[in-house]
Amino acid sequence: MITADRPSLAPEPPGTSTAAAATVRVAAKRVEAEGVVSLELVAPDGARLPDWTPGAHVDLVLPDGTTRQYSLCGDRWDADRYRIGVLREPAGRGGSAYVHDHLAVGDRVGLGGPRNNFPLVPAQRYLFVGGGIGITPLLPMIRQAALLGVDWALLYGGRTRASMAFVDELAEHGERVRVVPQDEHGLLDLRGFLGDPDPGTRVYACGPAPMLAALAEATAAWPAHTVRTERFVARELGAPARDTPFEVELARTGRTVTVPPGRSMLAAITEAGVEVLSSCRQGTCGTCETGLLAGEPDHRDSILDDDERAAGDCLFPCVSQARSDRLVLDL
Amino acid sequence: MTLTAEPAHDLPTSDVDPFCPEVLEDPLPFHAALRAAGPVVHLRRYDVYAFARYEQVHAALVDWQGFQSAAGVGLSNFRHEKPWRPPSLLLEADPPRHDAPRRVLQKILGPRALRKLRDAWAADADRLVDEVLAAQGPEFDAVAHLTEAFPLRVFPDAVGLGREGRENLLPYGDHAFNAFGPANALVEKGAPRVAELSAWTAAQCAREALAPEGFGADIWAASDRGDITPEQAPLVVRSLLTAGVDTTVHGLSAVLHAVATHPEQWRRLREDPGLARVAFDEAVRLESPVQTFFRTATRDVAIGGHVIPDGHKILMFLGAANRDPARWGPDADAFDLGRDPSGHVGFGMGIHQCVGQHVARLEAEALITALARRVATIELAGAPRRHLNNTLRAWETLPLRLRPA
Repeated sequence: MITADRPSLAPEPPGTSTAAAATVRVAAKRVEAEGVVSLELVAPDGARLPDWTPGAHVDLVLPDGTTRQYSLCGDRWDADRYRIGVLREPAGRGGSAYVHDHLAVGDRVGLGGPRNNFPLVPAQRYLFVGGGIGITPLLPMIRQAALLGVDWALLYGGRTRASMAFVDELAEHGERVRVVPQDEHGLLDLRGFLGDPDPGTRVYACGPAPMLAALAEATAAWPAHTVRTERFVARELGAPARDTPFEVELARTGRTVTVPPGRSMLAAITEAGVEVLSSCRQGTCGTCETGLLAGEPDHRDSILDDDERAAGDCLFPCVSQARSDRLVLDL
Repeated sequence: MTLTAEPAHDLPTSDVDPFCPEVLEDPLPFHAALRAAGPVVHLRRYDVYAFARYEQVHAALVDWQGFQSAAGVGLSNFRHEKPWRPPSLLLEADPPRHDAPRRVLQKILGPRALRKLRDAWAADADRLVDEVLAAQGPEFDAVAHLTEAFPLRVFPDAVGLGREGRENLLPYGDHAFNAFGPANALVEKGAPRVAELSAWTAAQCAREALAPEGFGADIWAASDRGDITPEQAPLVVRSLLTAGVDTTVHGLSAVLHAVATHPEQWRRLREDPGLARVAFDEAVRLESPVQTFFRTATRDVAIGGHVIPDGHKILMFLGAANRDPARWGPDADAFDLGRDPSGHVGFGMGIHQCVGQHVARLEAEALITALARRVATIELAGAPRRHLNNTLRAWETLPLRLRPA
């Protein structure tokens, strides 16, 4: 039995609005492989977390203000927790090292999204190719394919067997899963795994650039839209996320409101008496879309894709914050 | 918690038929009684569990894991009964099958995609109001001349529908929303035309029937990209045609009725036309054009101290939740542009929240703004008459008297 008597992220009654910017608590931290830890994230008040679909990632805003993207690799039927896998990247900019060395159970981190640039589309058959930590977005896809009874297979490569995370939980799928550590078997035999081009098959691949380049070559003859890949590229963000107040100038109203840390911009604006219609207050429905005239926002919504974020002409004040000291909104 | 801790006799029950003409004509007293009775009320006539308080309705709407849609969002339980039409890929589906169609339609109907329609719809609303005032004079039925006329001008064009047969959209939608209720007289009334209307609607969903640009073409383009399958595309178009017209018509009627009966709010709106969007959502909250939807428990679910057994239907009273004083305060029944209606469940909530809500808001903003610029006062010119539907709260006629500014 489950119980539905628990807080959800319901909008508060008018006048008592205390909505905070999204924050999650680290509920568990586990070593999954050499150089890989998984984190379980929950809402501090035990509420449901925003819904997501396989292929989605979240933005983790670390205490030093750096933002890192991680694929969600848990179970979406458990609405209370997210799971992510984090590879320690020696060449990285410190975000993954912080997660490995300092982030502890009980700590709180900022959350953006989830967003999905790598959605699973319907198919008669899926071929999954994962390289290293690139296995993470594929885990919920595999679960979904299995649930739907769709034919699928996974080719999973890594440097060494000990460096490959989540091999144990993939073992239940038997021969559908081929685990190929490079030090034992060499490079992935992509052509052998993929076979001939097939219009009913969708190929989903995530991994390091050389693997994706080899995949592109191996699938050059496949029909358009049958191969879908994701690679993690650290986005060049401007200023880091802030832990200090910022100002929001409402251009049409001629007012300025201050948003303290941990407070939602929407709450601050509406408390100042300026009407902004909203609905979900999770950055998913799009109702509170607001024109951005100046300033650098810290987008936390699930709606805008990377191009739309780059356009920088709107934001969703229910969840988004600021990187610059001041934002100017078309309100 | 355990089952034995909650004796069955604690569960409030009701013998009222929520779909009888008396309740459909004026559901407010029944809604208040349900809210007062408890967080869950067993409706004996249909053996379903009713939620009428905001807290439980909101919780059930967002909890797709515990309360599924794929067994139907009407009284009929698709686990045991054959649906009257192929189930909707959006409304009557659960994850994971729900994911791809929803994602595609959400992008096509998203606020950013709609920006390009905004100016044209505003201009069209201006023209319509001018035409109606010129042709009808100050008194006319606002349902026929404005709230049906405007969506039927802009929405089918935006979808890319052909000119022929657009008059079928309203009766098809009306029947689809009746069919979520029990097989009562309202459903029987629509039955003779079901085959004909379903065939017409299905024919409009084919790629060849749709204009090369529009929401319909966008859906087929998504199928070309493989984001949905070619088999799914016509059913996604059908969702637009089923759910996109009647609902908006009744939402527009609701806001016009509200301002006609609250002249001080109309003055306020004229002074600040930026309140048009708030006015529409406040009217959707108060009227809840979509009154009810069902869900089905996916397992034994404990809520409000009671257990809803696996496979049983629950009936969510969106209209009752939207007037729950526990959420909206003692003046929950008032139409007030000073209120923030955000968070109402008139469009639902969660993964099934109305995917066309931004379309409805854009239509409403265009029409309300056009009226606010031209019309000093709006009042009832006669007694409006309700249109009864098992799911929708609607006006059959809304006689208005408009005094131009």
